[in-house]
Amino acid sequence: MMRLELVKRPQRSALFSVLSPFIAFALTMIAGAVLFALLGVNPLEAFNIYFIQPVSEVWQLHELAIKAAPLILIAVGLSVCYKANIWNIGAEGQFILGGIFGSIIPVLFPEFEGPLVLPLMLLLGMVGGALYAAIPALLKTRFSTNEILTSLMLVYVAQLFLDWLVRGPWRDPQGHGFPQTIQFGDSAVLPELMPDAGRANWGFVFALVAAIAIWLMMSRMLKGFEVRVLGSSPRAGRFAGFGFNKMVFFTFLLSGALAGLAGISEVSGAIGQLQPVISPGYGFTAIIVAFLGRLNPLGIVAAGLVLALTYLGGEAVQSALGISDKVARVFQGMLLFFVLGCDTLIHYRIRLIGFAAPKLEAAPKLEEAR
Amino acid sequence: MDITVNILLTIATAATPLLIAAIGELVVERSGVLNLGVEGMMIMGAVGGFGAGYLTGSPWIGLLAAIIVGALFSLLFAVMTLSLATNQVATGLSLTLLGLGLSGMIGTSFVGQPGVRLPNLDIPGLSSIPVVGRLIFGQDPLFYISIALTAAVMWFLFKTRTGLTLRSIGDSHSSAHALGIKVIRYRYLAVIFGGACAGLAGGHLSLVYTPQWVENMSAGRGWIALALVVFASWRPWRVLAGAYIFGAVWIGQLHAQAFGIPVPSQFLSSLPYLATIVVLVLISRNKRLTMMNTPASLGQPFVPDR
Repeated sequence: MMRLELVKRPQRSALFSVLSPFIAFALTMIAGAVLFALLGVNPLEAFNIYFIQPVSEVWQLHELAIKAAPLILIAVGLSVCYKANIWNIGAEGQFILGGIFGSIIPVLFPEFEGPLVLPLMLLLGMVGGALYAAIPALLKTRFSTNEILTSLMLVYVAQLFLDWLVRGPWRDPQGHGFPQTIQFGDSAVLPELMPDAGRANWGFVFALVAAIAIWLMMSRMLKGFEVRVLGSSPRAGRFAGFGFNKMVFFTFLLSGALAGLAGISEVSGAIGQLQPVISPGYGFTAIIVAFLGRLNPLGIVAAGLVLALTYLGGEAVQSALGISDKVARVFQGMLLFFVLGCDTLIHYRIRLIGFAAPKLEAAPKLEEAR
Repeated sequence: MDITVNILLTIATAATPLLIAAIGELVVERSGVLNLGVEGMMIMGAVGGFGAGYLTGSPWIGLLAAIIVGALFSLLFAVMTLSLATNQVATGLSLTLLGLGLSGMIGTSFVGQPGVRLPNLDIPGLSSIPVVGRLIFGQDPLFYISIALTAAVMWFLFKTRTGLTLRSIGDSHSSAHALGIKVIRYRYLAVIFGGACAGLAGGHLSLVYTPQWVENMSAGRGWIALALVVFASWRPWRVLAGAYIFGAVWIGQLHAQAFGIPVPSQFLSSLPYLATIVVLVLISRNKRLTMMNTPASLGQPFVPDR
């Protein structure tokens, strides 16, 4: 019988810190091959359909950008939370509230048109997401209520609230009873970047700008330093005069606003109206994106594209091979597992030890030699 | 009178999966491990239980499969967090995400298929006593198991030496390790027990509560179970009380919808989630009480030195 033993590295390994996402991706591929083989599909053929074909033409790259935009926007916000050791896992709800708040103008005041409409919608979307995120922040700072559970419960509430809106007061009276709002007017639709080439809209630009801005904040500004200090050592942060409660609000409002922006961008750009369901779980997948990107905004851009590909690939294998598109979720879950596992290599060396084997004498000497 | 009995019975049915999952998680957290994957283990138990029951025609085999699937799935979490010392919050979340995806994929062919249901207990004579007969002698087998489980965990944690050891690990893994206690081994067993319980709770959903497979049928119950453990300040009998309060809220809103109360059904459906938040706030505002009861090592990874 074998057993794992972790040996702490004297310093974090720079090598594995770069390599670990790639190792994780390779392991996911191997596990995926096994999964496809179990489903009775030739893994190579499945991989071709899953990972290569969905990005082999220009218009498909636009689809990739559409899926990646919300993931990146949400994940860069979440990365700041997680760096500060604050656990907002309700981004899905903040995304929905962003979509709802941003839709106030096109749904309730459709006659209001012009160049002002879109900026106002985006602003309202951010406000909606931030306000919704303020609830768990307030409960955490006032009553020290666990933010993981409250932010998650609010996701269910947001989904039901949206469902009620589009079936009730906001339903399109001319919509033949379908649960959806009116189609947004032209001035309320997020423009496409290159309409001739594909459907990608300004949401992707927002995502890139947000990633760069947050990267600058985290690496070049005092606020980023504050986040990192409070995250790794709250005590040291307190001595430095950084307020923990302020940080809770800052991270929740920031990530909520970005999730809200993602929500209204999705509704106004990709969908064009409110429906009972406006997200295929972007808020949860973004958690995976944040970790796969090593909580680094630039890494998150790359990770967002990879995870967007898992969505497209899921749709592709469903139509080509008749496999449930839930396979995308499985890939995403496995990827996060392997990323977390590989991250262990950054701080520890892993040794396999046989139970019966005598203690290795050489090991301590090796460490002394360093 | 009959209506009251029926309502009480449905409350018990709604409370049972919450109770089983929460009792399992309580043992896990008492050992100092925070497994946020309850929802994922529960839904895997539900799909495993339904599948095995559907394929073999035996709800009992289904139940057994639910337990095994839940336990195996939790083993994944145990290897990651205990052997590889990964972040417990992130790993638990990924267990939930993976479980929701995997169950959806496995369950594709089960959608719309008729399931099998565990029969209710029926003791000739006793079960037909008016009022109390059905409440005490006529419920589904898991109701009795859940009560017995609560009592057993209470006894184990507070009346046995092993239980004391487990609690000491949860409060200070370093001290326990220094005393020569196999911290990691205890935690492995605790996590697997929690997984088996979550799987069983999922089996209740797909073999008793609604004997069919519906995607995402756990509907946040795993998360509510997690909240129940906090609400109960890590005490088994309070978990029991909490589970029944939540069962009542769950059933109450269903009845309110059926009675056609002029409130949108979506608002009523969101009541269990809102109630969870309110309850968490009420319990956590008393900071000293929470601090006193929380296992001190909860959520912190432990790497034994030699």
